[in-house]
Amino acid sequence: MPERITQTWVYLSATPLFWLTMTLVAYQIAHWIYRRCGAHPLANPVLIAVALLLTLLQLTQTPYDTYFSGAQFVHFLLGPATVALAIPLYGQFQRLVGLAGPLLLALIGGSLTAMLSAVFVGHWLGGSIPTLLSLAPKSVTTPIAMGIAERIGGHPSLAAVMVIATGILGAITAQTLFRWLKVKDDAVGGFALGVAAHGIGTARAFQVSETMGAFAALGMGLNGILTAISLPSLMQWLKPLLQ
Amino acid sequence: MIAALTWLLLYQLTGEILAHVLALPVPGPVIGMALLFLTLVVRGQSERPIPKALEQTASTLLQHLSLLFVPAGTGVMLYLQLIVDEWLPISVALVVSTLGAMTVTALILRVMTHKKSGADHA
Repeated sequence: MPERITQTWVYLSATPLFWLTMTLVAYQIAHWIYRRCGAHPLANPVLIAVALLLTLLQLTQTPYDTYFSGAQFVHFLLGPATVALAIPLYGQFQRLVGLAGPLLLALIGGSLTAMLSAVFVGHWLGGSIPTLLSLAPKSVTTPIAMGIAERIGGHPSLAAVMVIATGILGAITAQTLFRWLKVKDDAVGGFALGVAAHGIGTARAFQVSETMGAFAALGMGLNGILTAISLPSLMQWLKPLLQ
Repeated sequence: MIAALTWLLLYQLTGEILAHVLALPVPGPVIGMALLFLTLVVRGQSERPIPKALEQTASTLLQHLSLLFVPAGTGVMLYLQLIVDEWLPISVALVVSTLGAMTVTALILRVMTHKKSGADHA
């Protein structure tokens, strides 16, 4: 009988079904903890779900490729979810038109701060070139950041990890930071959170209010476009400074 | 729900095709989002610009946006050694640039909207 169990495990642990299910179970547990903690920003669901999965993968000695063969079905939904952000965005259409100028200036300021400070601080503390190149696109959403990192010579999957760490960090600190800066308008805070911390920041913003979520979606979308266009050329003249 | 998902995928696919044909640096899903937004603006004259099914599916997807980042986040296991080796530049760069970008964006936006509403009051 134990042999049967071992055989079943060997079979299951290599199927997409098992790791897809585990990803959803880990998320359900994380989401349950998050709600139990009164949606406290420190109980970030991405952070908890990743920690649970890392423990399970470590215990079962499963390589990431095996895990991803199942988890890719969830990962794939990032595409349609990005498209779906157009809907809350449209809900704020009237406000967007009135704020176009300020939003654009704030976007450029925030986007440049995110890219340049990551590269220069990392360089100053002795980060290696591939690491710096993977850090540069860290404020934009995963698929965009991976594409940019590949183009400028970083590691795409390391960039994805930096992106997610940034998103969690932004989601955890945003409300404390805004209280401290006396930012009271949800539109202002949401936009800043979206520019700096992409989809995970946006997910957090939707928990606070619909307005904050919509402006976060806008910040995330616009910064994705701006970073994709500007970072490759920006790195052209930054690279010599980093040698 | 399937109809809504089909529409979302069609917009993403159109975005992907445009990105490749025109060699745009922006990824397909972001172009798809812009196209869907434009469609809604154009449909804005009609009684119900957003079809109900689309609104529901989008809201379900966005409510659980966090879930979609879990597979890529788990990829951290591939880089544990690199992160241990370069923990200082990585962690300080992440903190400084994330908090810095939020602060700069929020402050610029607040100053610019403040001036405007101040002018309205005057």
